[in-house]
Amino acid sequence: MSMVLIAVLALLALCLLCGAILGFAAVRFRVEGDPIAEQINALLPQTQCGQCGYPGCKPYAEAIAGGDKINKCPPGGEATIQALADLLDVEPEPLDAVEGEVPPRVAYIREAECIGCTKCIQACPVDAIVGAAKQMHTVIVSECTGCDLCVEPCPVDCIDMIELGSNLQSWKWDQPLAPGQLIASDREQAA
Amino acid sequence: MTSLNIWDIHGGIHPPEHKELSNRTPIQQAPLPARLILPVAQHLGAPAEPCVTISERVLKGQRIAEANGFVSAPLHAPTSGIVSFIGPQPYPHVSGLPATAIVIDSDGRDEWTALQAHADYRQLPPADLLEIIRQAGISGLGGAGFPTSVKLTAPRTQTIHTLIINGAECEPYITADDLLMREKAAELVAGIDVLEHLIKPQQVLIGIEDNKPEAIEAVRSAIGQRPYLLKVFPTKYPSGGEKQLIQILTGEEVPSGGLPVDIGMVCQNVGTCVAIHDAVLLGKPLISRITTLTGAALSRPMNVEALIGTPVAELLAFAGLDRGKLNRLIMGGPMMGFTLPSMDVPLVKTTNCLLAATLDELPPPPPALPCIRCGECADACPANLLPQQLHFFALGHEHEQLKAYNLFDCIECGACAYVCPSNIPLVQYYRAAKGEIRELEQKQQKAEHSRQRFEWRQERLRRAEERKEADRKARAERAARAKAVHAQASSAPLQDDPVARVQAQKTGTGLSEAQKKLKIEASMAQVALKKAEKQLSAHATPELEMQVAELRIAATDAQKALDKAITAASPTEVSSAPADGEAIKKAKIEAAMLRAQIRKLEKLEAHDAEQQAELTRLQTRLVEAEQALGGAGQGAPAAPRKPAGDEMLKKAKIELAMKRAELKKAEKAGADDAELSKLRDGLTRAEQALHVAEEKSAKPAPELVRTDKRPIDEQARALKTEAALARADLRKLERDADSDAAIVEAARQRLREAERMVQEYDS
Repeated sequence: MSMVLIAVLALLALCLLCGAILGFAAVRFRVEGDPIAEQINALLPQTQCGQCGYPGCKPYAEAIAGGDKINKCPPGGEATIQALADLLDVEPEPLDAVEGEVPPRVAYIREAECIGCTKCIQACPVDAIVGAAKQMHTVIVSECTGCDLCVEPCPVDCIDMIELGSNLQSWKWDQPLAPGQLIASDREQAA
Repeated sequence: MTSLNIWDIHGGIHPPEHKELSNRTPIQQAPLPARLILPVAQHLGAPAEPCVTISERVLKGQRIAEANGFVSAPLHAPTSGIVSFIGPQPYPHVSGLPATAIVIDSDGRDEWTALQAHADYRQLPPADLLEIIRQAGISGLGGAGFPTSVKLTAPRTQTIHTLIINGAECEPYITADDLLMREKAAELVAGIDVLEHLIKPQQVLIGIEDNKPEAIEAVRSAIGQRPYLLKVFPTKYPSGGEKQLIQILTGEEVPSGGLPVDIGMVCQNVGTCVAIHDAVLLGKPLISRITTLTGAALSRPMNVEALIGTPVAELLAFAGLDRGKLNRLIMGGPMMGFTLPSMDVPLVKTTNCLLAATLDELPPPPPALPCIRCGECADACPANLLPQQLHFFALGHEHEQLKAYNLFDCIECGACAYVCPSNIPLVQYYRAAKGEIRELEQKQQKAEHSRQRFEWRQERLRRAEERKEADRKARAERAARAKAVHAQASSAPLQDDPVARVQAQKTGTGLSEAQKKLKIEASMAQVALKKAEKQLSAHATPELEMQVAELRIAATDAQKALDKAITAASPTEVSSAPADGEAIKKAKIEAAMLRAQIRKLEKLEAHDAEQQAELTRLQTRLVEAEQALGGAGQGAPAAPRKPAGDEMLKKAKIELAMKRAELKKAEKAGADDAELSKLRDGLTRAEQALHVAEEKSAKPAPELVRTDKRPIDEQARALKTEAALARADLRKLERDADSDAAIVEAARQRLREAERMVQEYDS
């Protein structure tokens, strides 16, 4: 009887001790914010374009953490969807966008037509447009994320979205066809 | 000194060398091209910034583009000529994309700019020496094109103990360094002297493969008694790779992802050393280089010293290119070079070879077959990597794995692909994978940067919003406080509170909407009247006079209407301040005006009878006015009301003025007598009407003072002018001291005569 009692008491003591440690840890090592939302945010392209229906990348990251779909980011494209699917361990879905994936673009202000209204400056989420009231505005290409949020507010429609295209710095080698995937004439030659 | 103490590297291959094609003839001078294309990006790092303008004349060796940042190199004109274009031009790159270049049209004179040689470089501080090398635009001539001055700027934490001179030239076909060492061994050693002085290493090693006996001999004799160690080692590809050469010569390995400087070593190509010699001892910037022109499609393969910017097509034509035989044109060697998309591209600082290959020489690679995991590639890899594993990871785009298997240590030498029995283009996979990973990293970096900017912006907007909110609160508080004070004041009105008094006054004499309107109208009429009067005083025309008269009536009407409205609105206060005040003010003004007039008259020294009369009249009026003022001051009833006759009087006056104007106009226009007399009658009638009105009105009639201004006829004017001229002449002569007395007398006579004539005419 006493042995049973000792065992029960010992276990009880152990439980209390562990509970105390866990309780302490819960307070002392409390994680601020939602770590998964942060991780998701790191994968998003940060164009802040709002095409997902949320006012910026972070809100969308929080929404994904809350269970929203992962295929609402057109600037990120398939690569982002794949990365999100890997992170969250869900099935990748096709991109949910009318135009599909678009090549990277930047805004360009036709400076002769700009009237200096500052509306685009107020719309730019990353402060990539410089200018002042009644002065010509211009886009800092290296800072522009291509979100096209400045196009809509322009009263004289002097903003174009220009495709960046390929230059010597961004050019990269194409991956060759996987061995064995031969075009018909090569197959004859290899045989 | 020659040392045989060498190490071996892992892997490596022994492809056919084909060096004998081009190393049998001495270095030739390429003909001066008519047009030079100089891309601003011929080195690793930031492209240079052009510092010349189109149509500017440049001299040979003149700087045409500045280094743009630390990891950059300037660019110099290879010959004298005119800058004809700055913009996108063909560029030697696999993609065939154009790049910004400066185009110089050569003038054929090849005229040097002033050069500054530094034969006494040992006296210069290291920083100055480094700057000379930097300003000479030297970048690695071995193939990578890293700016040499950057490579020589050792980090402070690391001392360089070994300087390695790379004369391996391991790639097949290329013999540029071989010939350079044979023909310019003295310059090479002098360049090494400069480097040795600059870096002060413990040892200097010169590595040359054993397939260049003539070069070895030349360098050995040039070294003489210097403590440089010449190391000759067996030919093997790719022993000329920087990291591989270091391992062969010293037995040490550069750590993964690191640089030779991490283990205290610096490696320089032999061509770079000669360029340093030219820059420091001769003052010549890097404007030419030695390039191998080889391949079976050339009838005269050779090494040329060509100006940077020479079009490739011209060089190949010089070497006897047979376009029919040409299959592939490669810049660089057959292992690491790349196929040129066109022959318009220029020679750049990193071009060590142009290989014009026939179909037999470099047949197209057979189609790739699946990997059989034979492991040959791993045996051949000089970097100790696992090419087969990397290949599979690259196929699956497994970037993490690729990085874990040290993809970025791959030097892309092509040994693995060379030995692959399945003909898999392995290097292409690695290049593609490297590009993909770099691109992703760049994207991630940009995303991170954008996120930061976005967050900063949000933070800024939030702060602005907060400030606005605080301002708004402060304003509301102030307003509330003011209101409280006001409430206190109105509950116990203080006599000396100015705000309260003004407010009280406002409510006391508050004007209704209609009154306000009338007031505005009255003041507008006054303003219009004043304007017209001003114009009238400037140039009096009858039209204007009429207009002024009309305006005056309108203004009086408006003022009257306003007065009426005010009196009607406050009948109980008729006698109180405002109306009364008005009358007093008017009386005061009148009195003051009269006084001023009197004073004016009194000031005149000699009064004639008329003026005296005027003065007395004014004085009586002043007394009257003062009495009126006193009356008004005592009480409202005594305030001088405008009698009804005033209106009539004014009208009559206006009528008279109009009539007079009409008459004048008619006279001027030269109307006939009948009309004039009619007008004159009208004027007299108007005058009479005015007199009647004056009698009726309470105002005393103004005394008519008619100045008799007789019009001057032509003759009188002529006479008077003559008199004035004579007078002026006389004065002039009198002023002039040494004028002839006779002439003066004559002038006096003339004046007298003229005056007499005037008087005669007047009378």
